[in-house]
Amino acid sequence: MLEIKNLSKSYKTKQGPLLALNDVSVKVNKGDIFGFIGLSGAGKTSLARCISVLEKADAGEILLNGVDITRLKGARLRQARRKMGLVFQHFNLLMNATVFDNVAFPLRIAGKSKAEIRARVTELLEVVGLTEKETVYPATLSGGQKQRVGIARALAAEPELVICDEATSALDPDTTRQILALLRKIAADTGVTFIVITHEMDVIKALCSHVAVMEGGEIIEQGKVIDVLTAPKTDTARRFFAKDYSSEGWYKAVQERKLGHHIFRALFIGESARRSFIHDVIRKFDIELSILSGSIESVSGTMVGSLILEITGDEPVLADAMEYFRINGVEIEPVDHT
Amino acid sequence: MPEQGFFELLFTGKWDDLARHLSGNIHMDMERYLSHLQRTLPQATIDTVYMVGFASLFAVMFGVVVGMVLYVTQPGGIYAAPRFNKVLGILINVGRSIPFVVLIILVFPLSRMIVGTSIGRTASIVPLTIAAIPFMSRVIEAALNELGRGIIEAAVAAGATPRQIILRVVLPESAPGLVSGFTLTIINLITFSAMAGVIGGGGLGHIAHSYGVARFRTDILVYVIIILILLVQIVQFTGQYISRKLDKR
Repeated sequence: MLEIKNLSKSYKTKQGPLLALNDVSVKVNKGDIFGFIGLSGAGKTSLARCISVLEKADAGEILLNGVDITRLKGARLRQARRKMGLVFQHFNLLMNATVFDNVAFPLRIAGKSKAEIRARVTELLEVVGLTEKETVYPATLSGGQKQRVGIARALAAEPELVICDEATSALDPDTTRQILALLRKIAADTGVTFIVITHEMDVIKALCSHVAVMEGGEIIEQGKVIDVLTAPKTDTARRFFAKDYSSEGWYKAVQERKLGHHIFRALFIGESARRSFIHDVIRKFDIELSILSGSIESVSGTMVGSLILEITGDEPVLADAMEYFRINGVEIEPVDHT
Repeated sequence: MPEQGFFELLFTGKWDDLARHLSGNIHMDMERYLSHLQRTLPQATIDTVYMVGFASLFAVMFGVVVGMVLYVTQPGGIYAAPRFNKVLGILINVGRSIPFVVLIILVFPLSRMIVGTSIGRTASIVPLTIAAIPFMSRVIEAALNELGRGIIEAAVAAGATPRQIILRVVLPESAPGLVSGFTLTIINLITFSAMAGVIGGGGLGHIAHSYGVARFRTDILVYVIIILILLVQIVQFTGQYISRKLDKR
């Protein structure tokens, strides 16, 4: 659906050229909810701006349904743009236009008839839950409601691709959850392809099917969210996905552990998240086990449990216990060295 | 014969009238003088409104166009043309550098070409308009630049043509700012028109000068000032009211 090939982009700054995107290649299939995560300056916003052709890439191709949109101009570029909907961090709504007119905007510029516009906008306002706000101006809406207008506008012209650039970053946690739920519902109902730019892991976990981790203008890791999450290959990805690693209490526990005590991180994915492994292990093996921290969450619809365990026991028994975890599909790794 | 000012007569070479004008300053009969004033003050007010009204109309028309051109041709604009933008900017600065009094005299030939004469209320519209356009353009440019980049980008990304962006986004979104700009320009024109009045332009400025200054009639000067204050207040109040009505932010 969308294929990016060797995309590069640099900006001129006073300190010389700044490489924002360095040879980025990624393939997004129809129906994917593809997240791009990275710290600020990682290049994810540059990527979003290149895909929406708000900025011109220096090199590389962006193929939308096989057409390189970086080479399009004039009317053909505008046609391609109408196949993409953008949701912005700061909403970017018309402040002197009503909610209805904001959602109608893409339809009006596409020259749709009044009846068509009326029908489509009414339908969309229902989807985003703003039917009652049709005639009000955006200034009177809350941040979450404004973003709902933004989402409705992005969907108005029935795009094939919706790009959310930090769509929830200006919203409070509660509102963020509601907006993510709305986006998830829209994705499920319409099957439209999403590109989600964010710096928040929770957004990726709650919404995305695929993820690319960006750093220094490059994609350093990509794949299905569940795969990258459970087996991150790079430190950056690990830092994003495993909050336990970075918490101070966790660090202290590792530093101050007693001799002969080992600390492990165990990941229980899918069905194994529901089974009573800890109980089994303690019964079967002569080890002492205590849980330092634990969490369970839903990642792209899959349950993922994460436990930080402190285990004491004889080396051979310990090794057997580890083996037991592994053959039962639990990913466990020592984190003593941290 | 309508009362004409010293400079008018001087410039038009009507030396006989000038002599009568000067002697009239000394010998004018008080009663005749006051009844004359009762007729001239309302007429002068109408003249001022007429001059400022038409000058504002033309200034808005040209100013919005030039301001819009400045806005769209700036670097990164919808029709980015940085070099053209720079040249236009310099021209506008030149226009704004010329003192209005000098400008009036400079455009005398132009006024004569357009309206057939270089004196009187209609002729004054020409220098007033020309003086207001550069100012207006900058005010419009500033009002348009108040718009965030984001909203323009949203329109671009939605596939809007430059024309659609201007008509459906830029103008409606900046309407309150534009109206404030119009108000500012109109008020400037009211004070400018008084200056034009002194140099043969007619209107309240002419009355203020020929009675208030040349004939030491402080009371008339005060009347004129009161009328001018009222005009400015009315324009400011109306402009603010419309601007607020349009602003939904």
